[in-house]
Order: sequence, then C-alpha cells, then structure tokens
Amino acid sequence: MPSKVSAPASGERRHRRSLAGHIERVLPRLVVAPSLGVALFFVYGYMLWTFLLSLTNSRMLPQYDFVGFAQYARLFANERWHVAATNLVVFGGLFIVSCLVIGLLLAIFLDQRIRQEGALRTIYLYPMALSLIVTGVVWRWLLNPGLGIQAMVRGWGFEDFTFNWLVDSDMAIYTLVIAAVWQASGFVMALFLAGLRSIDDSLFQAAALDGASLPRIYTRIVLPSLRPVVFSSVMILAHIAIKSFDLVMALTGGGPGYATDLPATFMYAHTFTRGQIGLGSASAIMMLCGVLAILVPYLYSELRGQRHG
Amino acid sequence: MANMVRRHTTSARLWRAGLYTLLIMAALVYLLPLVVMLLTSLKPLDDIRAGGLLSLPSTISFEAWSKAWGSACTGMRCNGMSGYFLNSIAIVVPAVAISSLVGALNGYVLTKWRFRGANLCFALLLFGCFVPFQVVLMPMARTLGWLGLASSTSGLVLVHVVYGIAFTTLFFRNYYVSIPDEMIAAAKLDGAGFWRIFWRILLPVSGPIITVTVIWQFTQIWNDFLFGVSFAGFDSQPVTVALNNMVNTSTGVKEYNVDMAAAMIAALPTLVVYVLAGKYFVRGLTAGSVKG
Repeated sequence: MPSKVSAPASGERRHRRSLAGHIERVLPRLVVAPSLGVALFFVYGYMLWTFLLSLTNSRMLPQYDFVGFAQYARLFANERWHVAATNLVVFGGLFIVSCLVIGLLLAIFLDQRIRQEGALRTIYLYPMALSLIVTGVVWRWLLNPGLGIQAMVRGWGFEDFTFNWLVDSDMAIYTLVIAAVWQASGFVMALFLAGLRSIDDSLFQAAALDGASLPRIYTRIVLPSLRPVVFSSVMILAHIAIKSFDLVMALTGGGPGYATDLPATFMYAHTFTRGQIGLGSASAIMMLCGVLAILVPYLYSELRGQRHG
Repeated sequence: MANMVRRHTTSARLWRAGLYTLLIMAALVYLLPLVVMLLTSLKPLDDIRAGGLLSLPSTISFEAWSKAWGSACTGMRCNGMSGYFLNSIAIVVPAVAISSLVGALNGYVLTKWRFRGANLCFALLLFGCFVPFQVVLMPMARTLGWLGLASSTSGLVLVHVVYGIAFTTLFFRNYYVSIPDEMIAAAKLDGAGFWRIFWRILLPVSGPIITVTVIWQFTQIWNDFLFGVSFAGFDSQPVTVALNNMVNTSTGVKEYNVDMAAAMIAALPTLVVYVLAGKYFVRGLTAGSVKG
C-alpha cells in the first residue's frame, strides 16, 4: 500500500493549507484505498491463510497445529492426486493444442472475404457465452451411449458404431477435451482473426508480387507475426484448464470412479466433502504454483516487450 | 487478403467451394448441441426414447419447459428453476452494479489522479484476475461465517464484487488511459474538482466501456458455479447450482426433456446478451484476457 506521506507539494500551491484542499489532495487515494485493502485481504491475505492451513493437520475444521510440509508429502504420495495432475496435463495439453489449431484454421478460412462472415463468427463464438455447467449438461446428453450420438449413428444402420467414452474410465478424460474445445475454440478464432486483420495488407501484396504461393505466405509471413496472439491464447487457455471445475462437475462428476478428477475437483472434494482441509489446502497451493509458473514468464515477456516497444 | 486468389480459374473456384463447405460444416458442428438441446426440450418423453437425437418432435410441447420452470425436483425440493433464477438475478444485479462502479472510480484515479505508487497499486489489484479461486475458498467460507453472511445472497454479492474488481478496474483503466489528460487539466483550471470531472467529463464518454464491463461481469457472475456451490445455502443457490443438482437428481424416471429445458433456461440470459450485444461481448473477452 502506498504510504500516506503527503503528495509532492510543488505545483499544488493553489490548494495551500485549506481543509478542502487537503481533502481534495488525498481524495484519489481514499477512493482507491478500499479496493486495495480488499485485494490485500481477500487475495494476498487468503493466499497466505491457505498456505498456513496447508501446513496444519486440519480435517473437518481449520485448526492451527503445524505439521510442516507433511500434507505436501501426503499429497504427492496420494494416488488420486497423481491421477488428477496427470489428467490436467493430458486435458490441458490436448485442449490448448486443439483450440489453437481449430481457432487458427477457422480464422484463416474466415479471413478470405467470406460472405456472411458475421453470422458464421457469431455461431463459432456463442458457446463462450454459456455456463460450463450448461455445456457439461448438454454434452453429457450428447455423449450418453444409450440415447446420444452413439444411439443416433446406430439408428442410421451402423449397428457396431461405438462411442461410449463417457462411461469408459480410460477415455472419459477426452470427453472433457471435446466439450471444452467446443466451448473455447471460437474464442481463440476471434483472437486470431483480430491478429490477422492487424497485419499490414501491403506485406501480402509484396509477397504475392514476388510470386509467393498462398500457403507459403501464410507459413512465412502470417504465422510468425501471430506469435503474440499464440502466446496470449496459450496463457488464457492454460488458465482456463487449471481452473476447470464446473465442466468436470457437470459432465463426468469426476468419474467413472475418479478417472476424470482434476486438481480443482480434488481440492473441492477434500476440502468440503471429505474433511481433509489440510490436504485440500496443499492442493490449492499447488494450483497457485501452477498458475504462477505460467503467469510469471508471460508477464516478464510482456514487460520486456513494452520496454522495447 | 483474398484478392490475391484469382477468381476466374477453376482451381480458385474449387478452393472457394471447399472453403464454404468447410466453414458451413464447422458451423453445423458448433450449432449441434444447441439444436439438440432445444429439440429435446420440446419433445415428449416417448419421442426421446423412440427417435434419435435429431429427430423432430411428433408434437411440439412446452410441458418440459413449464415443469423445468415450476415443478421439477432439484435435490430434495420440487419447485423448479424459477426460485433459483430469481436468486441469480438477486446476486447478479447488485454485484454487477457495485463492481462496475468501483472499477470505474479506480480506473479514473489510476489514470487521471496518479499518485506515487499508483502503478504498484494497479499491479497488486490486477493479480486478482489470475488467482485460482481454489486458493481463497476455505478462508472465504470462514470469513463469511464470521460476518454472518454464510449461505446468504449478500454473501455471494460480496464475493463476486471482491473478485470482480480486478477485471472492472482493468477495463476502465485501459479505457481512461486513452482519454487526453489535457481535458482534465483544463477542467481543473476551471476549478472543477475530483467528482465533477468524473461526472461531467469521464462518465459521458464512458458508454462503450460501461457496456463492455457490465456484459463481462454479468456473464461471469451469471455463469459462476464454484462460488455458488461453495457458499450458497438452500435459499440462495444460483441457477447453475440448481441445474447441476437437477440433472444429478436420480429419483424416479429421468426426464431428459426437462433437463434440457432447464439448461436452456439457465443459458438464455447470457445467450440473449450475446446475440444482442455480441460486439461488446467479444471486446470484453479480448480486453479481459489479452491485456491481462
């Protein structure tokens, strides 16, 4: 928090020492102070609080008998945590790569003077307006083996068609990827489209005059200049993946068994339903570390970019 | 860019035909879940068992909608979604209003009344956009208990305001940065004070950013599930939590048409906003994430 030392006195002479002037001078800080206080307490204070809880043996209720890093040792020995962490890598990796590929392709295709571009864009992007709970409920219905896509294709005469990932503990994690990509790929498309539109057209014309083919123009000129968009997309998508909780709850409930657990659902289950607050807090801190691991390099490069720009 | 494709050759024509085919197929895939959701919600239960996902209803019936709204069971209660829908509105309206107002004032101070440490202050606030909420759940549950706000609508409003300020401040700050400081300096010379400048100069030009912020906050808070499921009581549950409970209620015959109607009800407000104000919605998404 900025110190309450009075503002630089120079240049504010009109206000002199009058009370009104004094209030006027500190008013801006007074206006921001509550927000800052809220952030210090509800964000930074809570991070510290959760960290402290992760060092305790808290079960049903928080208590403060410190046991050092024992909960972290338990966490890393916990098989369910390993499943959750592995799932996050699988889910996050596939989710990010699929969104980037689909988003980029759609953006390039849409950028070819397409009629009705606005309508198509609206269609690709609308899932982003939905709650992940709605997305989960709908896809659970589509992926229901008895009544969803599998039943529909079998009804068309392909009796052997099987698409029962939702109830297959080896494949269920991929249903999360499908639903999440459906939800977020249109958003990545919008980011890429904005990026494409900001590329100078004269670059294209020059390359075309030189006789470069369209694919060549895209791989040599367009893709490199989209690097910042790729970077921020990855960062946003990774952030969505780490926080993913709603989708799992609505689509698979973490099941079959705990085959589709993610760190977010692991944390929730242990903290609120299994009476393992210490362990749950440790997992929350690990999630925070995950976010920081993505965020810090991103901010670093952003700031460095600003200095160069 | 497309003017490079020569339009007259056959291959160019083929390329464009393929392009349109691909784009339209993709659009159909994106639309499929919404279409299925709507179709299923209008079908009688017998149609669902007999026909496929995309079969048309034999008779269009709004029974599932009225049941989802008024009498379907969520967990142990059977009052439909209506009460939870109103809960969501009671949470969203004050939370959006307060967080947007606070964000506007913060953005105003951080750009037009910069003080020493203003940048640090902004950076500290901004981190709230990134913190995984799992880190704050347990402490927040304790705090709400101490404040006597556990399981209440006001408690949820507080939570959404607290974690919404980071985004609203970001939006307004980035918008106000582009408003020339000379206008402010001139107003100060004319003797206008802090509030007057905000009211007379900043607010009149804030229309677009207010729209972006309100839409962003509305969508975020309406679609929230984590805070709702963690902090709401039976009487303050938002619509997303009720929907999840309804779908997971396993007593009696599973009425898929009612589930889908309930999902539509939960989705409609944000969908309507998206259709009506898509441009601002997209701007919020990109501003809220790229500039972060």
